[in-house]
Amino acid sequence: MAKKLPAKDAVIIGLGWTGSILAHELCDAGLSVTAIERGPWRDPTAEFTPSVAQDELRFRIRHDLFLRPSQTSLTFRNNRDETALPVRTWGAFMLGNGAGGGGLHWNAETWRFLPSDFVLQSHLTQRYGAKFLPEDMTIQDWGITYEDLEPHYDRFEYLCGTSGTAGNINGQIHDGGNPFEGPRSRPYPTPAQKQPFSHTLFAKAARELGYKPFPQPSGNLSQAYTNPLGVTLGPCTYCGFCEWFACANYSKASPQTTILPVLVGKSNFEARTDCEVIRINLDNLGKRATGVTFVDTSGEEWEQPADLVLLCAFQLFNVQLLLLSGIGQPYEPRTGRGQIGRNFTHQTVSTAIGFFDKAKYNFNPFISSGSIGMCIDEFNGDNFDHGPLGFVGGGYLGQVQTNGRPMETTPVPPGTPAWGSEWKRAVRDNYLSTVYSGAGVHASSYAYRNNHLDLDPTYKDRFGRPLMRMTMDFHENELKMNAYLTDRYAEILEHMGAKQVVKQPRKGPYDITSYQTSHLCGGAIMGTTPGDSALNVYLQSWDVPNLFVQGASAFPQNAGYNPTGTVAALAYWSAAAIRSQYLKNPGPLVHA
Amino acid sequence: MAPPLNRREVIAATATALILDSRGARATLIKGGLPFHPGATNAPDVAQSGSWRFFTPEEGTTVEAIVDRLIPADELTPGGKDLGCAIFIDRQLAGPYGHFGGHYMKGPFQHGTRQQGQQSDVTPAEHYRNALAALDNHCKQAFGKRFAELPDSEQDAIIKDLEDDKLKLAEGSGQDFFKQILNDTQTGFFADPIYGGNKDMAAWKMIGFPGTHYDYREWVDRHNQPVTLTAVSIKAHPNR
Amino acid sequence: MHSSRTIIASAFIGVATLLPARAIDIQDFDLIQRGKYLADIGDCGACHTLPGSGAMLAGGRPIETPFGTLLAPNITPDPETGIGAWIDDEFINSLTKGTGRNGAHLYPAMPYTYMTRITREDALAIRAYLNTIPAVHNPVQPNQLPFPFDVRAGLVAWDELNFRPGEFKPIAGKSPAWNRGAYVVEGLAHCGLCHTPKNAAGGDETSQRLKGYALQGWFAPDITNNKWRGIGSWSVEDIVTYLKTGHNRFSAASGPMAEAIMDSTSKFTDDDLKAIATYLKDQPVENAAEEVGDLDAGVMKSGNAIYADQCAACHGADGSGVEGLFPMLKGSPLVQSVDPASALHVLLRGARSAATDLAPTAPAMPAFGWMLNDDQVAAVATYVRNAWGNRAPPVDAAMVGRTRHALEQRND
Repeated sequence: MAKKLPAKDAVIIGLGWTGSILAHELCDAGLSVTAIERGPWRDPTAEFTPSVAQDELRFRIRHDLFLRPSQTSLTFRNNRDETALPVRTWGAFMLGNGAGGGGLHWNAETWRFLPSDFVLQSHLTQRYGAKFLPEDMTIQDWGITYEDLEPHYDRFEYLCGTSGTAGNINGQIHDGGNPFEGPRSRPYPTPAQKQPFSHTLFAKAARELGYKPFPQPSGNLSQAYTNPLGVTLGPCTYCGFCEWFACANYSKASPQTTILPVLVGKSNFEARTDCEVIRINLDNLGKRATGVTFVDTSGEEWEQPADLVLLCAFQLFNVQLLLLSGIGQPYEPRTGRGQIGRNFTHQTVSTAIGFFDKAKYNFNPFISSGSIGMCIDEFNGDNFDHGPLGFVGGGYLGQVQTNGRPMETTPVPPGTPAWGSEWKRAVRDNYLSTVYSGAGVHASSYAYRNNHLDLDPTYKDRFGRPLMRMTMDFHENELKMNAYLTDRYAEILEHMGAKQVVKQPRKGPYDITSYQTSHLCGGAIMGTTPGDSALNVYLQSWDVPNLFVQGASAFPQNAGYNPTGTVAALAYWSAAAIRSQYLKNPGPLVHA
Repeated sequence: MAPPLNRREVIAATATALILDSRGARATLIKGGLPFHPGATNAPDVAQSGSWRFFTPEEGTTVEAIVDRLIPADELTPGGKDLGCAIFIDRQLAGPYGHFGGHYMKGPFQHGTRQQGQQSDVTPAEHYRNALAALDNHCKQAFGKRFAELPDSEQDAIIKDLEDDKLKLAEGSGQDFFKQILNDTQTGFFADPIYGGNKDMAAWKMIGFPGTHYDYREWVDRHNQPVTLTAVSIKAHPNR
Repeated sequence: MHSSRTIIASAFIGVATLLPARAIDIQDFDLIQRGKYLADIGDCGACHTLPGSGAMLAGGRPIETPFGTLLAPNITPDPETGIGAWIDDEFINSLTKGTGRNGAHLYPAMPYTYMTRITREDALAIRAYLNTIPAVHNPVQPNQLPFPFDVRAGLVAWDELNFRPGEFKPIAGKSPAWNRGAYVVEGLAHCGLCHTPKNAAGGDETSQRLKGYALQGWFAPDITNNKWRGIGSWSVEDIVTYLKTGHNRFSAASGPMAEAIMDSTSKFTDDDLKAIATYLKDQPVENAAEEVGDLDAGVMKSGNAIYADQCAACHGADGSGVEGLFPMLKGSPLVQSVDPASALHVLLRGARSAATDLAPTAPAMPAFGWMLNDDQVAAVATYVRNAWGNRAPPVDAAMVGRTRHALEQRND
């Protein structure tokens, strides 16, 4: 029998980016807030000195900062004909754990989606006709516009001190920025990072081919910055140990470096770490959340009553908790009924490797940061005419190589023996003169009827609860789109002067062992009616009005950009609605 | 000097001094300010020097022979054995890596598609144990000698056959074992020397990777120029 | 987390008014407010509140002295175990004369040698405020010292040597701000309790006023106008910013000073901060460089290499740091202190800097003691103390070893 704790105004499940943003907003509004975080407290400076941090084996290969699958995992299959089997060790995506969530060890690539991304279904239908879209594609409009989110994108960028060059300020196109971006109200808070050699050369080649390259918007700051909360970040030192690693010198935007110092000092805030929420509790009618039940480190159950529940546990666990708590209708692909688990999407990434003449090119790949890069957006969204091409979707292309870490980034040309002296020689001869982005092509993942999440019938977590089951595969549209983009990317590498370009387009079937970003989306999507979404446009659950579900689980489909900027903007948008409308008059904010 | 405090010790200390709220919930409660623990560290698990922790002496010599072929001594670097690659693998197998530490290990275990990834309950440690025994058995039968006693060219031929799936060991684990040991050897080759391999940062020096430098601000704009920094590694222990 | 035991007692700040002497009006909310400002700023709680007890000013907190440990008394209005039954003059005498209720002599851990300068009006304001806090029944036996220090009669002789009683008298010809600053520094804020070296009896070495003192595993730096190891290169603005926010372009307060800033000086009015700075900046200037002698080239080279690997990513290759985040080591008084205890403390055990409303980031220095041996710590300490124009005596491995051992006995 769970012991009951004193009630709070709000309980926040998960203290990552959205949990930290919502906690701060609600504390600011005067609520008593408790955050329950499954993983440990994380303190970048105490734990990641500039000598512990640069450990490729520990953090990149052995996944030291991530959730252990032994704590919880999921099962996977490509389609309903297969039996889903457990993901016994991470591969295709990495799941965070602990204060800061993925925000502790992300690359900090801080993009906005395109205006057309938010009205994708109507936009594409209008331009190309309904028949142009695959029959089983289930993309939707979001119910909000880019203009709705713009002030909140701005807010997040100024929270982080994002370094970049604006391309469109209030409709005016500015050279050096992204000419395709939606209009922003003001420049980035800090200038773009300096770009190392290969990234600069990529931009030069792209320019010569008629594209308009621009620096990737970066949460690794180009200079010291104090944000509106009074928290100070330092300048990035290009250490080349960014993604999957914590930052040792306060220069990567994370909840730790932007919000938590202020949040933790608020007298109406507390966080409990190493506590896993196992259920959102509902009243007898199932229409109102009464709080959560969580398990502490000794295995004991506790009940935290609250008037308002914010589910901020990351896309996958958001959906799992909704299903395990009996909130909403589970999606059934055969009938198409139910919203929870529907429209699961990921990201369609690929790359090409450019081998250059080592006598002429020294790229020093170890000088880098997580969000370094020169990109082009000509092939993103609907920025180009898809009519003749036979697919929809797109992504940005860029030399966005983040590192020269030896285990990960010592490519050799095809045909090189895998071992022996010849292998060593090839490694040495190519290390300094190869362009090798992890995701030179970073493209969209649109939703399909059969790609979904539900509860596994066989495999359980350590509490005996069903694991999440993921049914996911690539569709012809994404593979065709990705192949096209990979070809365009390879052309730029060739024009750069590569002596050999090895294309690595994404191939099906979707492979749970091959890392392809951690940008999992969907499963509890937002929309304008309960008939086609789990949440209204304010991320409020249609089924349980005092529950708001943050994160990329709300995306009806994923665009050709890293999602965190949009996740955070949505969090601010949702928080604004809670503060200005919900708290004054608790209840459904949208009457369908 | 007191032994270095690692994070597990700090967590244990914190666990015994957990802040209990009025109802005694066992968790770490963060309230009022950012926590700070004087002297707290997050030190890596450094490979201790000394005798094998996992391999038997026989297994050890077999693995040393294999890593010496995968990474032969030449003008670029010393051989895999002198670089410590076998020590690296031994220490890794003796630790969580060896027994799938952190992996989801609940059953039922069943074979799946390639896309569904690793589904075996045979741990790396068991795999090495089985495969090394099978390899030496094969060599004794075929050549009357253990693998480590064969000449280099013969060893290379055997490794090639494992790689090409032409030589199947017991349970058909030949090619799988090759992939495993190749991956582990090259990982040890490139890892920080604190883990036992990459002695004197030989691999890093070979490729021109300066190691664990953290500040390249002076170099970002120096396009197409060699970086003249001396390679450095993690100083996880005094006197390293 | 405020876990360090401190002998920094309250900095009683009073507004110098010309109030006629009168009995306290219990409904005089202005007086109580002023008393709260004085007591808040004064940080009585640094000694009189046991951390984590939730019982404000109820005593029982251990206070380290060179002669042993004392427990601070209960100063809530509880009539039995606090000071509720005291008359006002008894209270004032405890602050200004060092005498307890029954004439018993107080140990100078209660800094009456400084408080003696407080005006009667300010003392009464504090009393008025203390009368309003919750009364807590908490009997405390303050005297925990070993023989012979537990014999209070010995304090009479101590007073002879070390105590000059009397209210502060403003100096003619100095500005009101200067005099206010002097009243605060030499009396109310008793900075010298930590920053002035002590004689053998544990009293102030008055000829070395504010030139630094080692306590509780730290070295409270010289805060005279010494260009090298004092605040000679700090402006009035630098001092004000530091005391108000815990950070300035040179320094980040950590250890006991972080507590003093968070609990006390960050609550001073801007005028009071400027007054303190004005007074401190009017001390004699000292620009002569420290006589350091030849430095071992090998040690400097080794220290430089360690610095480049471990320190430069935050503090910069040129020692200039990042304002508000990573202290500037070049020209830093803490780094160049003759006694390197604070620098070694931070190097060995790390430190969390002060968090204030105006500077909430509270950046932390990670601990390096676990991965650098005594020679390496000595080398990098010697390097930063003598690079970029810094000048300070080198540090040897033996000193690092002693410091490391002493710190290991502490849990704060």
